[in-house]
This record gives sequence, C-alpha cells and structure tokens, in this order.
Amino acid sequence: MEEPKHIGISFPRKDGEDKVRGILRYLGDKQSPQMLHAALKTSPHAHALISKIDTAEALKALGVRAILTGEDIPGNIGIYIGDKPPLARHKVRHYGEPVAAVVADSEEEAYAALPLIKVEYESLPVIHSPSEALAEDAPLLHEEMKTYTHIPAVIPEPGSNVANRTRIRKGDIESGFKACNTVVEESFSFPPGDHVAMEPRASTAEILDDGQVIIHSTTQAPFVVRNLLSISYNLPVGKITVITFPLGGGFGGKAGIQLEALVYLLSKAVGGRLVRLVNSRENDLVSSPGRTGLEARIRLGCSKEGRLEAAEINYYFDSGAYADYAVNISRAAAIACTGPYAVPNVWCDSLCVYTNHPFATAYRGFGHIELAFAMERAIDLLAEQAGFDLLEFRMINAIRKGDTSPTQSTMDSNTGDLKMCLENVSEMLEWEKGTREEMPDGKVRAKSVTCFWKAPAMPTNADGGVILTFNEDGTVNLHCGAIEIGQGLKTALAQVLAEKLGINPGQVHVVDEVNTRIAPHDWATAASRSLFMIGRALVEAADDAIRQLKQTAAIVLRCPTEDLKVSEGRVFLADEPDIGLPLADVALGYRYPEGNAVQGQVIGSGRYISRRLTEIDPETGKGRPALEWTMGAQGVEVELDPSDGSYRVLKAVCSMDVGKVINPFLARSQVVGGMSMGLGFAGWESFIFNKQGRVINDTLRNYNILRYGEEPEYEVKFVETPQRDGPYGARGLGEQGILGMPGALAGALSGALGRPLNRLPLTPQTIWETGKEGAK
Amino acid sequence: MKAYRDIATITLDINGEERRVVVRPADTLLRVLREKVGLTGAKPGCENGDCGACTVLLDGLPVKSCLKLALEAVGKKIITIEGLKDTAIQKAFMEEGGFQCGYCTSGFLVNAYALLEKHPSSKSGADREWLESNLCRCTGYEGISRAIDKARDIIKEYK
Repeated sequence: MEEPKHIGISFPRKDGEDKVRGILRYLGDKQSPQMLHAALKTSPHAHALISKIDTAEALKALGVRAILTGEDIPGNIGIYIGDKPPLARHKVRHYGEPVAAVVADSEEEAYAALPLIKVEYESLPVIHSPSEALAEDAPLLHEEMKTYTHIPAVIPEPGSNVANRTRIRKGDIESGFKACNTVVEESFSFPPGDHVAMEPRASTAEILDDGQVIIHSTTQAPFVVRNLLSISYNLPVGKITVITFPLGGGFGGKAGIQLEALVYLLSKAVGGRLVRLVNSRENDLVSSPGRTGLEARIRLGCSKEGRLEAAEINYYFDSGAYADYAVNISRAAAIACTGPYAVPNVWCDSLCVYTNHPFATAYRGFGHIELAFAMERAIDLLAEQAGFDLLEFRMINAIRKGDTSPTQSTMDSNTGDLKMCLENVSEMLEWEKGTREEMPDGKVRAKSVTCFWKAPAMPTNADGGVILTFNEDGTVNLHCGAIEIGQGLKTALAQVLAEKLGINPGQVHVVDEVNTRIAPHDWATAASRSLFMIGRALVEAADDAIRQLKQTAAIVLRCPTEDLKVSEGRVFLADEPDIGLPLADVALGYRYPEGNAVQGQVIGSGRYISRRLTEIDPETGKGRPALEWTMGAQGVEVELDPSDGSYRVLKAVCSMDVGKVINPFLARSQVVGGMSMGLGFAGWESFIFNKQGRVINDTLRNYNILRYGEEPEYEVKFVETPQRDGPYGARGLGEQGILGMPGALAGALSGALGRPLNRLPLTPQTIWETGKEGAK
Repeated sequence: MKAYRDIATITLDINGEERRVVVRPADTLLRVLREKVGLTGAKPGCENGDCGACTVLLDGLPVKSCLKLALEAVGKKIITIEGLKDTAIQKAFMEEGGFQCGYCTSGFLVNAYALLEKHPSSKSGADREWLESNLCRCTGYEGISRAIDKARDIIKEYK
C-alpha cells in the first residue's frame, strides 16, 4: 500500500486566515434592522415560590413589544426529561433562572424594561448538595416528576430528588472484597461550574406566514434542536430550519436545546417577527446551563499482587435544578465507572440528583472527567496503602484486549495500548528519578500519574452523512451536518477526502454554515465522535464519487472502469498513466468536442450509523453502549509551598492512544487545550455559593479561568493502535485531554503535601488547611 | 472637554478612515464599531472588561472597547483587527496555533501587536502583564505564547 500523502500531516487550518483577520462571522455578529431584541429577567433566589409578577409598567415602556412570563407558556422542554419550563412557572429552582422575557425594538429598550417588571417571591428551603437532596426529609424540587415525559433509558424516581439512577452489577462484589488483601474507602467531591466558552450563547427565531420556523443558533446540535422543537411545540419537523455558523467554543455547553425554545415562543408572541436573544456573560454563566458537580464514595480493594478485585462505587451527580444532559452524564459515568482498569467485581450506583444549583448540561468529558477524578484518587490511596508505586500499580491493572468493561462487554482488538501510554508518561516525567523532592527553599516538588478512558455516550443509532459536489475546476465541496467549533474538524475531513481522491487538501472546499434543510442528517457535534463518524461517511462518499468519476472516464477513454485510477487530480489507466483525463473534464459530466455531453455531474454521498450498539440492562448494566474507547495516561509535576498552600504546575504531560493521528498539529492543540481546561477545573474553577444558594462569582472577574502565563510546560505523545473501523484508523480525541488532569493535579499536590486532597477546587487555602489538620 | 447630552454626530478615525456616526452618549466604542460601523472583529465576551475579546488600539495602546464610550475615542486613532493586515503576529498565530475557535483571537492579536510594537526585543517581562488581560478557553496559551516568540523572530529578521 502507498504511504498516505495527507494523513498524519499538519495541514494548516481551513478557517485560519479568516480568524486571524477577524472576519469570520459568528451568529452574534449578524444583525439586521428588522430584528427585535430580547432580554431576560432572572431570579435572585435559589428556591422560591413566585407569588406575583406585574408586567404592566414594563409593557408601557417605549419600544417594548411583548413580555412573556412562565404563566404565558404551557409545557416543559428537556432533552431526556421534560422537566424545564422555558421561563420559571410558579416557582424558581436556581439563582439566575429566567422568570420573564422582554421583546423590544432595541437591546437597550429591552434591558431598560427589566427593572420595571415587579416580581414577588416567597423563599423556600434551599438544597445545596446531592447529599442534602437525598436526605429523608429533603424538600422536593420537582413535585410533579411523576407527570414528566422521559426517554426509556432514563429512570426518574418520583417522590424523591433523583432524576436518574444507573446500576452496574458485574461479578460478585462481596466475594470480590473477600479476596482482597487491601481495601480503602473514601469520599471525593467538587462543586458545579461552567464551560466559559468565549462566545456567549445566542439564538434568533422567525415564524414565516406559511408556518415555517427559522432558527439561527449557537448550537452544537442543530438537528437535536429541530427535533425537540418539533416534539415540544407540535410543529412538523420539516417546517423547522435550524442554521448554525461556526461557534466560538462550546465544550458541550451548546449541545441539546437551550435558548431556541424561548426565542421561538418570543417570536410567536410578536406575530412571528424576527427576535434575537444574546446571553450576557452573567446569563451565560448562571441562567444557561453549566457543568455538573459530584459527590462520590468509593470502596476499592486489591489482592496481594496488586490486582484490583472489587470496586463499590456511588456517584451522586449534582444536576442542579433541571436534568438536561446530566441524566445521561451520570449514566455515562456508570458505564465507564472503574476507569480503564480490569476489575472483575463491580457494584455501582450512579445517581443524577436535583439541587438548587444552576442546572448542568454536557461538559467536555461527559461524566468521564468526574469519574476519573474520584477513581484516580481512590487508586492512589489504595496503591499507597498496599505499598505499590503509583505508576506500577496502574500498569498492573491497565485494561487490555480480552478484558471486560463494567457493562461486561469484551474489549476488542481496537483497544488502545494503555501500558504504552503509561510508559510514555513515565518517560516524560522522568518517573524513575523520584516523585517527591524537598527543595532547599522549603518548597516541595511532586509528580503524579493518572489514567483515563472515554467512549461516546450517544443514542445507539447516532449517525452522520456527507455529500460531495464538484466545481468546474475539479475541486470538491464537502457538505456535512457537523459543526466547526474550534476543533479543526473540517480541516481534518478535507485531509481525509484529499487522501481518498488523491488531490490537495486545498482543493477541498468546506462549508462553515450548517443548515438542517441542506445538510445531511447528523446526530450532534458532541462526544468526540465527528472525526470517526463523519470520517466514515466521508470515506463512503469519496468511494461513491470515485466510482462515478471512473464511469464517466470509462466512456470517454473506452476502457473498463476497473482499469482506472483516480489520483493527482486525474482519472487515468492505472497501467498506462499517460492515458487519462483531468478531474475538471469529468466532474460535471464529459463534453465531447462537437458538443455532445454524457453522464452529468458527480454527486458523492456517504453515511454512517453506529454499529451494533445496545441499551444497557436496567438491573445489571450489561450491554454494549460504547462505539469506541479512547484511553491514555497523564501526569503533572507541581511545586508546592507548604507554608501557604500556593503552588505552580511546572509540567503537564499526556499520552493518548488515538488510533491514527490525521493532523498532528491540530490533534496536539486539542489535547493541550483539554489539559489546560482540566487544570483550571481542578485548581480553582467552580461556582461559589452563599448560604442562600446564590452564585457570588457570576462574572468573569471572579469566575476565574486559566490566564496567560499560568500555563505549565505541556508535553504530548500519541500512541497509534489502529481503530480498524475508524477512518484511516482514527478515533475521537477532542475531549480526552481534560479527563485525567483533575486527578493528576490532586495527586501531585497530595504527594507534595503528604496528605490526601480529595475535594476540588484545590485552592491554596484548602491545601494549607488540609496541611494544618495533618500536622495536628 | 466637550459635554454631550443627547444623540450626537461624531467622527471617528478607524483604521485610517474617517467615519461619521450617530451615537448616544452611553454607547460603548465596542457597540458602535460593531453595530454602527459594521466592524465585528472586536467581540463582546463579557462587556465588563474581564475577557479582552473586544480589545482595540487607541493611539497605539490596547483598550477594552466595551469599557470605552465611543465619545472618548473622538480625536484618537482607532485600530481594530480589521486594520491589521499581514502582520508578523497574524502570521505567527496561524503557524503556531494561537487560536482554535477564534472568538478571543481578534482581541489577543490586537493586544499582542501593540505589545510587540512597544517591546520588540526578545522575551520581555511585559508579556504576561500585557496578555493576562485576555482570556482564551481553547488553547491553554501554549500556541499563543509560541506565536509571540515567533513574531519577535520574524520582526527581528525583517529589520
């Protein structure tokens, strides 16, 4: 086989030039004079009854065209459970929840009307954590849970605050623990936080006279939006069009349905006129969804030889006020509950629990960052107690081909080489030189290692499609329903297509905009599945196009199609390369010199649908829910000042088995971006709540993310065990860089401090206090 | 200093062009650039001065245009990302991966451009002080930091 020309090459980003010139248009950059503008009145309370809303004065304000409150809108929305009114009805369940929306001629007028809306509240007791929500006498957030519609894979428990419970029962947990030489049991936790995509969410809606609904939105999932709007408001799905431009980041936060339902209702309230709603940063942080918090309790045991024998795992996901994606996040965490280790006996209950926190949606890692933090901390504690080196212990237990996952599916020949990843981490961190060193100035340096894995958590029929059209010059247009969100997907796809057609990636034109009326159906740009699934569809589409190109050329060249080859922008006889035609001559049909034309244009199409996936058994979790697993190992080196708990991350390393690297530069960028997000997640990123459950850091001035100059030295090494059903052997890698970092930072700081740190965020104050407790 | 009470017509010097615009005294420079002049390169990320995505140059110095009134920019030379063409820092951002989603990029580039104008010599201690006022969520700053170094090399070579 020939060496690939465009796979494994760092081709420059397709969207690079537009981005550095500042001319790429995002949705918020597009305004037109006919637009009306919306603004949200939000709740200052975390849990309260709405006793009265008076909009009379606000309605009189200049420029105001309509005001909606929860009472005006029947019905709920929700991707898995229909539990959320687009505007709070009767009561508010979290700080920042929208209670009314104003539509006005200008944004200024819409905002100016907000203080004129008078809302009276009666405070209710606030639930601050999953454990409070699970207490016997806890107030119920959703008294009407019984009446909510939900998908079968999610099992809410009416009469409680449990939105979903997923059970994993593998082997025999009691006899498993009996075989153990060492057992540890510990709790781990972190509060909820936010994605902080730099582009705040935005949506517009317009209802045309013939009933067509046109939505523009900053969504990672335009087809999901279309489908849920159709179901929620009884609209024919074909009459809804959802259009998405490139996104200014999403990290899961723009998946599912968000502002679209409300902005549709607002348009309806003004006779279908075009209404635009753009989140302020404050609304983006607390009114729109963030990420889950977690409380976990893990009992973990190993044999004398250091083999994991039994894991008893309780995950309590803090979903906040509404379920959104969190009910599937808790499920995904159950499916992957042990991390990438071979554990014969597993008992896991993973619960999604309502609290009075801002609600949570998908977030980079989707349950796997949460479980990785808890499990990796537990592994560290067990390995230390049993007297094993932390890296050696992971080597002993790393999952391999032939082992079974927590859902009892056998790891196949596509299973990544986790041991190789661990070896790479060991090398990058110079593990053999020691993992803890006291410096002359009193500071302490320490290293850590963690492992991670992730499979897409998606419907068993998640799919994607590609259509290829050609231009007069033989260049190709690539159409698909996946969104460019910064990951560089369309550049990587152009490389795959260039490889298939034997052309240059520069001769592939990608389309930035996705329009659900034009693009082939696509599940969603989520779960790190786009390169795999759209890549597969693209390979099929390219083969289809090649077949058609050959058919046309075979007529002109008077030869069998099977003797032809497509490469270097030509179609020619494989054994007599001089005899052939440029693609430009056959791509739109061949025209003979006298004018006759044959065959017509080439339109290549391809599709992919997930292969052989099943739901999991509700009692045991048995099933095959994972399309592919991407796994790897990470570690950090920190320098801690024990006198005040301050620290620096000196180095962060990652080795990941991605099957095949399509574009090394873009792949590394994705991984490093994930790692930096993971360090912030662990170090300081979280909402801070007061006693009333209000978020007191709801601006970017006090909700801190990593800043320039705080980054460590990053090092990344890829391992390539082919994913044989992936395009050129590739599997997903967009999210995975984040997964092991929280455990790694906590592990290294615990090592430096000499005391376990099992709660995030790892602020200097927490570290200092933990150190002081240890000294007592 | 001139006082403005109501809607006013002002002239702004934007990327070397004189632009006459009608503004309210309360309109921020960011909103006027985006909504009245159609230059949408500067982005609203927080409209609170926290993220730097709206950074533009006023007389060569970076400012957060969400914290400036348009009126304050009268008589000053405004440079937005659209006014930077083929600069060393733009080339370096492309080559070193100074961005992914691109939303913070305009602000980072404008700030970095001014940094390199003021501190062209190698590895200035000012880098962090200048650039920590801009937030990027995608890159982990590795690519941005490499791009600054590379742009310095390009500028040195050129001189």
